[in-house]
Amino acid sequence: MSVVEKLGNVDRRIIFLLIALAVIIPLVFNISFMEHPSPIVQTIFDKIESLPNGSKILLPFDYGPSTAPELEPMATAVTRHCCKKNHKMYIMALWPTGQAQALRVIEDVIEEEFPEKVYGTDYVHLGYKAGGYGLINTILADLKKMYTTDAEGTHIDEIGMMSDVQNLRDFAFICNFSAGFPGLKEWVQFAGDPGDIPVAGGTTAVSAPLLYPYYPRQMLGLMGGLKGAAEYEAALVHGYPEYEKVYQRAIAIMGPQAIAHLVIIIFIIIGNITFFIEKKRAKKSD
Amino acid sequence: MRRRIPIIITFIVGTALIMAMFIPHTPFSSLDENLSVYFDIIAVFAFILGGGNLLRVHLEKIQKKKRDWQFSIVTVVGFLFMLIIGFFKVGGPPGLSGDFLAEGSWFRFMFEAVFNPLQATMFSLLAFFVASAAYRAFRAKTKEATILLIAAFIILVGRTPIGHYFTSWLPKQLDFLHVPTLASWIMGWPNTAGQRAIMIGIALGVIATSLRIILGIERPYLGAEK
Amino acid sequence: MYGLQVWIGALLTLMIFSFLYKDNPFYKFAEHLFVGVSAAYWMVVGVWGTMVPNMLAKIHPPLVRNVLPALATAEPEFHYIIPCILGILLLTRLITPIAWLSRWALAFIIGYTAGVRFSRYLQSDFIGQIKSSLIPIISVGDGGFSIGMTFSHIVLTVGVVCGLIYFFFSKEHKGAFGAASRVGIYILMVTFGASFGYTVMARISLLIGRMSFLGEWLGVIAGWFS
Repeated sequence: MSVVEKLGNVDRRIIFLLIALAVIIPLVFNISFMEHPSPIVQTIFDKIESLPNGSKILLPFDYGPSTAPELEPMATAVTRHCCKKNHKMYIMALWPTGQAQALRVIEDVIEEEFPEKVYGTDYVHLGYKAGGYGLINTILADLKKMYTTDAEGTHIDEIGMMSDVQNLRDFAFICNFSAGFPGLKEWVQFAGDPGDIPVAGGTTAVSAPLLYPYYPRQMLGLMGGLKGAAEYEAALVHGYPEYEKVYQRAIAIMGPQAIAHLVIIIFIIIGNITFFIEKKRAKKSD
Repeated sequence: MRRRIPIIITFIVGTALIMAMFIPHTPFSSLDENLSVYFDIIAVFAFILGGGNLLRVHLEKIQKKKRDWQFSIVTVVGFLFMLIIGFFKVGGPPGLSGDFLAEGSWFRFMFEAVFNPLQATMFSLLAFFVASAAYRAFRAKTKEATILLIAAFIILVGRTPIGHYFTSWLPKQLDFLHVPTLASWIMGWPNTAGQRAIMIGIALGVIATSLRIILGIERPYLGAEK
Repeated sequence: MYGLQVWIGALLTLMIFSFLYKDNPFYKFAEHLFVGVSAAYWMVVGVWGTMVPNMLAKIHPPLVRNVLPALATAEPEFHYIIPCILGILLLTRLITPIAWLSRWALAFIIGYTAGVRFSRYLQSDFIGQIKSSLIPIISVGDGGFSIGMTFSHIVLTVGVVCGLIYFFFSKEHKGAFGAASRVGIYILMVTFGASFGYTVMARISLLIGRMSFLGEWLGVIAGWFS
């Protein structure tokens, strides 16, 4: 068997092993690179930055553990930014798993890094409600029709920061973290467009290309996958240099990401070289 | 009764919602709100239906000792255990009040220790298969496939920090050839054009299908049975 | 507790990864556990998050006094009996002789979906996209005529039109129409290439997430020995 044939019939487990190594080695050696925010991410940062202190920002967590490696870093960075700007954060979820994911960010970012923030005054966790786009449609008209209590069961009228919130139009900005359906697309369709509310957010890399047609007229900005998260972190570090020394998860794991991309590119090149050699040989033998 | 009532329900609900868009005033606006709330609540019953169905299928598998029935016991036990600790908020706030995901509750522990790693790992397996597929099937066989391949290459390199170093030697006048710039341009223009064409096509499809369903021309939910 | 959580998570992660070698009982165990636990998770979250506060507490508030005391004194709203009945009808799908009753609930769900999707797709994905595509072909910015932006605008406009032509099957793709359709294919290939690149990116990110978690687990083990 020639080298070309061997390469053409390589066991899939060898490919699996190489991909695993392409991720593990850069992780072990902590390989990371500088990031530069692109305009589509920078606009989200600028929006949060330009809003007056204390603005109401809705943060829907529409993802689960399966996509957390991409979406949690951006949720963390945006929440940090909102805390820095003293914005009022309204956290909710269209995904059942989103409620637990939101709790992780609340505990790790708001409670740990900003202990001075008061629940019910600076942030509130409204939790999950069923319905997906039906829920957005409901709360566009009347938020308290579905959210009668927060996630802990406190009556919505007993929460200070809810007193002047009637519906989605009362929010200055909606920044969604979405892994698919229902997610950012539904926030644009059911809240942003009919309610004329600024909507932006982060999505998994898989769904990011599908959302580009909404940018910039219907959707203010977009963080696509881990790269989008790393760019937001870079913007945050640039805007708030005190974060230079804080661990930025997306930037840190963009190193392994880049190496794995290179390995896949090499796979594709080798695959194509063997294909063309085999094709040439087949032509010759004909 | 079996066919006519569902068609009437679909027609009334669908028409009321379309009317609410064009006449956003009472009674249509409040009808829109109430129907939305009803929809949200019914969605929960779908979860229960899913759980009930899962239990039925696996109990039947165990009862009839079908292939791999032993693993169905794992599903049933896992399901019931999670259900009980969740419904009774075991280890959580005192009594049945408070958050079912509160720190210290068994339900939260099961989410973090079992559900989270299982779901995350299940999806991460796709990385291996996408790499294998890229090696075996991603060939520049035709002109169209070559265009696809080149676009994918530029994105794969341009959307990583390596892309910045790749073409950083280019003079300022050729900045548009810088890989990250090219990647951003592909996403912002040709990708947007293609996705927009698809989006408009889908929108027309959704609009037409919605109308057909509301008018009772299309009734997939009724099934074949008379 | 954290150590135990990481240990369980790591073992389950390795069980799922063992599938990469070949299908085996460890993988099957983890897979079946995942199915059971996730179905129960959805049910618990749905019941506590929506069914109790938005249905039971509305129909008969005193019913939730031990669970949600904050809502126990509210005035009952009897119209919430409608989604309750429809939801129960949906569950009849589990009882074969009366399974046809579930069509009434399905008819509501489908009617609602058709109604809202009709208007939202019309506004955001049809009219909205056409509006966004109507841009000046020749771009003149602050610095005067911009050849780069003009080219990009041409790509977008031509790309959307040609992409739509490609999806138009009522006319044979010949002559000028065929040429436009060819351009449409090329634009769509760039779109799919970009999507492929992004898909690879997503899958790798998930794998990195799991590998980082396994690193965390090794850290816990190392902590025991240090």
